[in-house]
Amino acid sequence: MLEITDLKVQAAGNEILHGLNLSVKAGEVHAIMGPNGSGKSTLARALSGHPEYQVTAGAVRYLGEDLLAMAPEDRARAGVFMAFQYPVEIAGVNNSYFLKAALNALRKHRGEPELDAMEFMTLVREKAKLLELDASMLNRPVNEGFSGGEKKRNEIFHMAVLEPKLAILDETDSGLDIDALKIVAHGVNALRSPDRAIIVVTHYQRLLNYIVPDFVHVLSDGRIVKSGGKELALELEDKGYGWLEGEPTGAKA
Amino acid sequence: MTQLVEKVIGTEPYLADVNRVRPDGPVWLRKTRARALARFSDLGFPTTREEDWRFTSVAPIVQRPFRLAPADPAGVAAADLAPALFGDEGVVRLVFVNGRYAAALSDVSGLPPGVEVGDLGAALASRPEAVEQHLTRLAGCAQAFTALNTAFLEGGALVVVPAGVVVEQAIHLLFVSAPGNGPTVSHPRVLVVAGENSQVRVVESYAGVGDGEYFTNAVTEVVAGPNAVVDHYKVQREQAGGFHVGSLHVALARSANVTSCAIALGAALSRNDIVAVLGGEGAECTLNGLYLVDGTRLVDTHTTIDHTQPHCDSHEVYKGILSGRGQGVFNGKIIVRPDAQKTDAKQTNRALLLSDEAQINTKPQLEIFADDVKCTHGAAVGQLDDDAIFYLRSRGLDLAQARTLLIQAFAGDILGRIRIEPLRERLEAEMLKQLPGNGTV
Ligand SMILES: Nc1ncnc2c1ncn2[C@@H]1O[C@H](COP(=O)(O)OP(=O)(O)OP(=O)(O)O)[C@@H](O)[C@H]1O
Ligand SMILES: [Mg+2]
Repeated sequence: MLEITDLKVQAAGNEILHGLNLSVKAGEVHAIMGPNGSGKSTLARALSGHPEYQVTAGAVRYLGEDLLAMAPEDRARAGVFMAFQYPVEIAGVNNSYFLKAALNALRKHRGEPELDAMEFMTLVREKAKLLELDASMLNRPVNEGFSGGEKKRNEIFHMAVLEPKLAILDETDSGLDIDALKIVAHGVNALRSPDRAIIVVTHYQRLLNYIVPDFVHVLSDGRIVKSGGKELALELEDKGYGWLEGEPTGAKA
Repeated sequence: MTQLVEKVIGTEPYLADVNRVRPDGPVWLRKTRARALARFSDLGFPTTREEDWRFTSVAPIVQRPFRLAPADPAGVAAADLAPALFGDEGVVRLVFVNGRYAAALSDVSGLPPGVEVGDLGAALASRPEAVEQHLTRLAGCAQAFTALNTAFLEGGALVVVPAGVVVEQAIHLLFVSAPGNGPTVSHPRVLVVAGENSQVRVVESYAGVGDGEYFTNAVTEVVAGPNAVVDHYKVQREQAGGFHVGSLHVALARSANVTSCAIALGAALSRNDIVAVLGGEGAECTLNGLYLVDGTRLVDTHTTIDHTQPHCDSHEVYKGILSGRGQGVFNGKIIVRPDAQKTDAKQTNRALLLSDEAQINTKPQLEIFADDVKCTHGAAVGQLDDDAIFYLRSRGLDLAQARTLLIQAFAGDILGRIRIEPLRERLEAEMLKQLPGNGTV
């Protein structure tokens, strides 16, 4: 589904990813862990087409297509979703109004009829329930005045409504209490299917108790320095990242 | 010396045309007109050397020989008004063509007894004493354009709400300019008198028909009695060939509550002055505004909120959306007089620049002479937030959709405060049509 080869990315003139390789197949869940500043968010942003991140080398194929040639909205329409580490507050833009516009943009792209207000509300109520989302959050401006946890939950709510093929979750668990964590994990697991893939970026093994990954990768200084199964997360939790320095680079799942 | 010459040139056509004003009317009015005319010819048109006009050159107005618009222009039909209308039910509508009341296009039925809504000219003829104590009292003639309007004063709109009466219907005053051959000018005039404990909502719209050049020079006076609640809306949607200068003068008595909302969507050049005097304890004044400039258009807003008594609140939020080589000017003055303790005044003005060539000149001006007051002001000029745009795009909206949504949100903050629902919906749709990328730019 996703094939990243030798990806080099820079921002503000500095190279952050120094040749990253990763292969994700449909149906799989990959966890990416690694120290602060190692480039996890940079990878997520580059994959979703953030204009501040320039790809200077390498390739990314998504469902056989050149992902890097696509505009951010075209990536979204092709089924790529990123849950932001720091979701943006957008004053004055109603959450559900925006979500309806986004969903209909996706549906139009797929040649499906747009949902009318009634159909949309039915869908949204169902998804809001799945994420135990307070109904008032639907009609507030996007993320504005939301608590940290509410923002993260809202991201997963968007994901649940948009039903992407490839979801990249950047520290969606950070700052969540255990109850919220379970709810978010439940929302993510509801999306799991043989034709979808999920990449979760996290600092904590705890999330992976609820979203059980098929593979765990360690990203350090812009490269994947180690890959393994879910037990690698436990090992990292135990030993930290120090022991990995100097490991061979370019590990492939 | 050169300045003098420039002024004489500018005022000439107006001084010539003033003879076309009906010479009749009460003596006080004739005197007031004569004084105003003398004042105008003295002052001449303002130049950019004057602080209040620093960023707005009225040369485009001065250079065009605007002649007094015909009283009975041919060809303004009900269909021409459609774009400026809103709501079918419960709206009282007075239409003025070139500043003169057009009874055939108006509908003033259904008003509560005692409420007077109609032609100021007719009232001046039949019972001038009723308007004498208010007309021209607030506007004065310190400013050239106001003086010019008063020099031509013979009609306009009159709204009088007796004490204790609540008018449910919105009162729509629609001023349509129908230029003749060559550039024409009209001088619309409005007087609103809201008695003690009364309530009324007045919408002034300014529009034009055709492609000709014209100049609208409007003056409105609003007298809000004790505890009166007045909502005033001004929708300036002049044609591209229109020039608009207008002023709103408001006096608030004890516990009066006046809200003004000024929406400027059209005209090649427009200038709006608002002066609100909080003249009684516990009065509250809200000034909101939204303007949109594109192409080479200019919108200038000058507001003055004058706190003269204790315990008065004022709130002001103005927003501008500027694209192309559009220009915006905003000057918000707040005066707090020595007696006006416990004043609470808030002012915000924000401009959204959608192009590199668009320009905004903005200045808050606080003159505070009392010590126990709360005054805050904030000005912000910015572009659309790139992070927000990326967020929206990453969910599937294209760039144009994302920008439109953010601009709508910016404007929605003001439009959302409009308490006449059909008017709000109308303006939301209008805005959307005018946004960059939606046809007009
Ligand atoms: N837009 C940018 N401009 C300049 N430098 C950037 C930018 N984005 C990221 N960086 C730098 O790139 C490095 C990697 O940042 P990134 O956000 O990808 O790390 P991360 O692995 O997500 O860290 P964390 O775990 O703290 O979220 C950091 O040194 C950061 O300062
Ligand atoms: Mg990060």
